[in-house]
Amino acid sequence: MELNSRVPEGPIETAWSRHKFNMKLVNPANRRKYSVIVVGSGLAGAAAAATLGEQGYNVACFCFQDSPRRAHSIAAQGGINAAKNYQNDGDSVYRLFYDTVKGGDFRAREQNVYRLAELSVNIIDQAVAQGVPFAREYGGLLANRSFGGAQVSRTFYARGQTGQQLLLGAYQALERQISAGKVKMFARHEMLELVEVDGRARGIVARCLDTGEVKSFVADAVCLATGGYSNVFFLSTNAKGCNVTSTWRAHKKGALFANPCFTQIHPTCIPQSGDYQSKLTLMSESLRNDGRVWVPKDPADCGKNPKDIPEESRDYYLERKYPSFGNLSPRDIASRAAKQVCDEGRGVGPAVGGVRRGVYLDFADAVKRLGKGSVSEKYGNLFEMYDRITGEDPYDVPMRMYPAPHYTMGGLWVDYHLMSTVPGCFVLGEANFSDHGANRLGASALMQGLADGYFVIPFTLADYLAGVKPGGLDATHAAFKDAEGAVNARTQQFLGIKGKRTVDSFHRELGYLMWDKCGMGRNRAGLEEAIQRIPAIREEFWKNLTVGGTGLELNQSLEKAGRVADFLEFGELMCIDALAREESCGGHFREEYQDDGEAKRNDAEFQYAAAWGFNGVGVAPTLNKEPLSFNYVKPVTRSYK
Amino acid sequence: MKLTLNVWRQKDRRSPGSFVKYAVNDVSEHMSFLEMLDVLNEKLQTEGQDPVAFEHDCREGICGSCGFMVDGRPHGPMPRTTVCQLHMRSFKDGDELVLEPFRAAAFPIIRDLVVDRGSLDRIVGAGGFVSVNTGSAPEANSTPVPKSVADKSFDNAACIQCGACVAACPNAAAMLFTSAKMQHLNVLPQGEPEKYERATNMVLQMDKEGFGHCTWHGECAEACPKGIPLSSIAAMNMDFNVGNLLRTPPTSGGDGGG
Ligand SMILES: Cc1cc2nc3c(=O)[nH]c(=O)nc-3n(C[C@H](O)[C@H](O)[C@H](O)COP(=O)(O)OP(=O)(O)OC[C@H]3O[C@@H](n4cnc5c(N)ncnc54)[C@H](O)[C@@H]3O)c2cc1C
Ligand code: FES
Repeated sequence: MELNSRVPEGPIETAWSRHKFNMKLVNPANRRKYSVIVVGSGLAGAAAAATLGEQGYNVACFCFQDSPRRAHSIAAQGGINAAKNYQNDGDSVYRLFYDTVKGGDFRAREQNVYRLAELSVNIIDQAVAQGVPFAREYGGLLANRSFGGAQVSRTFYARGQTGQQLLLGAYQALERQISAGKVKMFARHEMLELVEVDGRARGIVARCLDTGEVKSFVADAVCLATGGYSNVFFLSTNAKGCNVTSTWRAHKKGALFANPCFTQIHPTCIPQSGDYQSKLTLMSESLRNDGRVWVPKDPADCGKNPKDIPEESRDYYLERKYPSFGNLSPRDIASRAAKQVCDEGRGVGPAVGGVRRGVYLDFADAVKRLGKGSVSEKYGNLFEMYDRITGEDPYDVPMRMYPAPHYTMGGLWVDYHLMSTVPGCFVLGEANFSDHGANRLGASALMQGLADGYFVIPFTLADYLAGVKPGGLDATHAAFKDAEGAVNARTQQFLGIKGKRTVDSFHRELGYLMWDKCGMGRNRAGLEEAIQRIPAIREEFWKNLTVGGTGLELNQSLEKAGRVADFLEFGELMCIDALAREESCGGHFREEYQDDGEAKRNDAEFQYAAAWGFNGVGVAPTLNKEPLSFNYVKPVTRSYK
Repeated sequence: MKLTLNVWRQKDRRSPGSFVKYAVNDVSEHMSFLEMLDVLNEKLQTEGQDPVAFEHDCREGICGSCGFMVDGRPHGPMPRTTVCQLHMRSFKDGDELVLEPFRAAAFPIIRDLVVDRGSLDRIVGAGGFVSVNTGSAPEANSTPVPKSVADKSFDNAACIQCGACVAACPNAAAMLFTSAKMQHLNVLPQGEPEKYERATNMVLQMDKEGFGHCTWHGECAEACPKGIPLSSIAAMNMDFNVGNLLRTPPTSGGDGGG
C-alpha cells in the first residue's frame, strides 16, 4: 500500500501555518449538522471532545471508567514540556524539535515533530487560562525545571500531579460542553467495533459496562484517543484498564498498525514483590539525580542486609560503565544495565520466580553530603510513597528499583492530519504512532496528547468533514447490525467456554513471555520462540477460559476477557515487528545489533516507519514502509560513554 | 496471614444485597488491599463463583476510581491513603473485616462494592470550570499568580473525586468535594470573574442530586485521602452567600430584544 503522509512541502518553520490556511473549513452554521465520535477522555480525547463541542459539532465521547476524569493521563507525574524559553536558557521551538527528533533516534516524521514543538507554547497558555495550578516562583510567574537529562529548563509541572491537573483542565472544559448539551458523554462504555460504511469510518459499537447493553453509535467521523498498550506485558506502570482493544479492532478493519515494537521501559519502578503483583509503580526519575545505583559484586551477598555489604564489595555499575553520565544515563541504557546485572544473578530483594530482580538506589552518600533535611525537601514525598508500598524507610535502607514497561511509541499509523488508513478514522495521543519515533523524551507525552486534541484535530477534522455530506445513515444499516452481531457472538463465546483458567492467569502468562522475549532486550531466537508460543496460549485461552455470569450485567471478567483476547493477537504482531527490525534504535534493543552495549542503528536499511496490515488471526501480516527523511536534523549516533 | 472478610454482595441496582463471609488464606503483608481481593477473586472464579466487583484503575491513589468502606471507614484505616495504596501490613493474622460500598442517596449501588458517582461529574458540569474556549487564552505569564494563591488553589485541586467525603458524612453531603472544586478555581485570577455564579450553580446542583446538608461534623476531612481542609467549606459558604446577595433575578426577554 502506498502511504501518503500528506506532509506539507516547503520550509518546516511555516509548514503548519501554511497548511492550516490551505485546509478547508466548515461554516459555523453547518457544524451542528455533523456528528463526531471521540473514544477516550484522557488528555487527547477530552481536549478534542471539549474543543469540537465548543466549535459547534455534535460530539459523543466515550470512556470505560465511571468518569472521564479518571482516564490514565491522570497518573502522569513529572511534567509537560513547552518551548516557552521563560528561563532564557537557549530554548526555542527549533531546539525542542531537534531534541525530540534526536531523542526518538531518528524514527519519527520531522514535520509532525516540528508542529508539536510549535504548538507546545499554546498548550501552556490554554491550561493556565483553565485554572491549572502549575508551580510558580515567588514573583508569581511560572516555574520550570529540567527533566530527563534535558539541557534546558522547559518542563512545566504541578507538584507530582501534572497529569491530574492538566486532565482536570480538559475534563472541566469537557463537562462545560456536556452541560451545554454539545457533548454527550458515555462513561462506562467500551468501544468494541469500528464500523465502516462505503469505505469510511461511520461509527462504533460499544457495550455499556453497567447494563451490558450493546449499542451502535453513528457519526460522520470517529476519533480514537484510547491510549497505549503497555499492559500487553501484564505488569506495567499503566492503569489496570489500559488496553489495545479500540486500536486493534480498528486495525482489523483496515487501519495499519505502525511500529508496534517501539515500547519504552522506565528504569526506576518499585520491583515486583510477589506472584500476586498486579501492577508496578513508577518512582520519579529525579531520584537518580542524587541516588547512587549499585548491586553486590558477589552473587553470594545478594541476600544480605545491604548495610553489611562493605563499600569494596559493591558494584556501582552505571558509574563504572558510563563514567560521564553515571547514574543519569538515559532511560533505555539504565534499564538494560539493571537487567544485565540481575541476569548475572546479582539482583537484590525478594526472589520472584526464583530470580531477584532489583538494584539498590542508595541515598546514604546524598544524606552525608547534603544533610537529611535537604534530601527530604527534594524527595520527601517520594520516600513516603515508597515506604507506604514497601514498608521500608529509604533513609534507613537503600531503595530497590527495577525497570518496567511504561509507554508505547507505536500505535495506529496516521498521516499529518492524524487520519489513519481508514478514511474518517482519526487517532490521537498515545494511541497513534506519530511523534516520538523509537523513544519518547520525558514530559512530552502530555504535550502530544494535548496538542493533538486542542490544536490539530479541530483543523484537520474540519478539512475532512468539509468534503463529506453529513448524516444520511442510521444504526439500522447492515454494517452496524453485523458489528453488533459480532460483539454479541463474541460475548457468548467467552461465556460458553466454561473452562478452568481465569482471564488474569492468561494475561500473566502472555505478559511474562512478552517481557522476557520482547522487553528490554530482544533477539532472533527469543522472538521466534515467542511467535511460536503466543498462538498456543491463544488456543488454550479459547478452550480453557472461565468467565462467569452473563453479558447483561456489570461483568468485570468479561470486560477483561475481551481485552486479553486482543492482547493475545496483538502481542504476536509486536514480536513480528521486533523480529523484522534488524537494528537497535531507541527503546528497541536487538542484542545482535550492538557495539559493546550501545545500540547500533541501521539507517541504510531501516530508516522507515513499519506500518502493518492485518490479514487474519495467525496469518502473516503485510509490511508497508513509510520512508523517513531528515532534512533538518542530521542522523547521528548516540553515545553516553 | 489469614483473614475473614464480610463482603457486601449485590447483583445489580434493583436486587437487595447482603453480607457474605469469605476466608482468605495466604495473604502476604506486601500485598495491597486490592491485590488481596484479586487473590480472593481468582479463587472464587476457579470455583465457579462470581468475583467481587470493585472499582479500580490506576492503583496509585490518583484516579479516584477505588473506594469502599473497610470496617466503616472509607478507604480503610490508614489516614491519607486510598484503598489501592493500603497494604496488608496494616492488618494482622486472624482479622475479620467488613467491606461495603460507599452509601449515599446520590450514589446508587451498581453491584457489590461499585457505586454510581455520576452526580459528582454533574456538579462539576454546573460550574466547576473556567469559561475559556480553546485558542482564546492569553499568554500564560501575562497574569502573575502569587505563589501562596497558586498553592492554595492546588491544595483544593488535589481532590481525586473518589467520594470518600460523602461516604464518611452522616448526612451524605458532598460539601467537601464541591468546595474543593470551587475553591481550586475561585481563588485564582482566572476563576475570579465567574466566582459567585459558580458558587450558586454548583451548590444548587449539589442539592438537586440529593446530597445531604452539612451539619459540620468534619468526618469528611478526616476521611479525605488527599487532605482537603474543612476551611474550603467555609470559603464556599461565603462565596455562595455573597453570590446570593449579588444575584439579580433575570430580566424578562432573556437574550431577545433585538
Ligand atoms: C505512571 C506514569 C507517569 C507518566 N508521567 C508522564 C509525565 O510526567 N509526562 C508526560 O509527558 N507523560 C507521562 N506519562 C505518559 C502519559 O501519561 C500518557 O502517555 C498520556 O497521558 C496518554 O494520554 P491519552 O489521552 O493518549 O490516553 P489515556 O489518558 O490513556 O486515555 C485513554 C482513554 O481512552 C479510554 N478508552 C480506552 N479504551 C477504550 C475503549 N475500548 N472504549 C472506550 N474508551 C476507551 C479510556 O477510558 C481513557 O479515557 C506517564 C505515564 C505513566 C504510566
Ligand atoms: S485505583 Fe486509582 S485511586 Fe485507587
